Amino acid sequence: MAYSDKVLDHYENPRNVGVLDKDDPSVGTGMVGAPACGDVMRLQIKVGDDGRIEDAKFKTYGCGSAIASSSLVTEMVKGKTLEEVEAIKNKDISEELALPPVKIHCSVLAEDAIAAAIADLKSKQTAKAS
Amino acid sequence: MSVDFSNNHFELFDLPVAFNVDDAKLTERFQSLQRELHPDRFASATATEKRWSMQAASLVNEAYQNLSKALSRATYLLGINGISVDEETDTQMDPMFLMQQMELREAIGDAPEAADPFSALDKVRLELNAGIESCSERFSASADSKDWPTARTVVREWQFFDKLKREVKSIEARLDASLDE
Repeated sequence: MAYSDKVLDHYENPRNVGVLDKDDPSVGTGMVGAPACGDVMRLQIKVGDDGRIEDAKFKTYGCGSAIASSSLVTEMVKGKTLEEVEAIKNKDISEELALPPVKIHCSVLAEDAIAAAIADLKSKQTAKAS
Repeated sequence: MSVDFSNNHFELFDLPVAFNVDDAKLTERFQSLQRELHPDRFASATATEKRWSMQAASLVNEAYQNLSKALSRATYLLGINGISVDEETDTQMDPMFLMQQMELREAIGDAPEAADPFSALDKVRLELNAGIESCSERFSASADSKDWPTARTVVREWQFFDKLKREVKSIEARLDASLDE
């Protein structure tokens, strides 16, 4: 299948591959998987004191589109507030990467991974507050 | 006629609608339907009958493929009970399970560079087979007690193991091919 140049770019030079300390209270970890293709995605965000995301890392096992989607998302979220990040939808990702219809679910995976990371972060913050 | 298009795949072979099937019976009934629907038998039939027999033969083939593999049989049984696996849209899985999947993926990725790639892959395969066996047992138990939510979770996990097993196979084929060069 032909990948777009943007997918190839992110696939060949993935941004922000790595891991953050999942036990750090300012780090949210989201793990999701798609049974259809066996893809697994881990996405982590770290919020700074100003409430903006200062770092994001990912590790994805999957096809080129899944890797590109997660790589792109780590770039998109940096510097944003949690509210702004929550507004990111899979359509933003799939359009930016020009994903074909059969690969839209890769961008869904990335959207769900952010949502899971934010949920993890929020549950940590509530636990800390109580 | 023996093929009723409104039957589900189990009924088509006169089997109970259940996960555990008698493989011998399934194969025997498949072969007997195949004989019954063989084009030679319809050589002098009308165009309508010929078309019917071809459609019936294709349904029988599809049903046999579907029921002869445990994972597709399990998925199909969920469908009959109105449960969709949502394998493309539902990405929520047990985090512990996903961690295990990542580790398996890592092991598979490292295998080609191992001192003995084939034994490294064999080790992964053992783990995958154990995972699949456990899925099969858990599915059978939850389907028997009509615990469909659990059965659905199990099928979703099973799909991951199945995918990795195919991956291991294709890496082995590549390694084999490079040895032959």
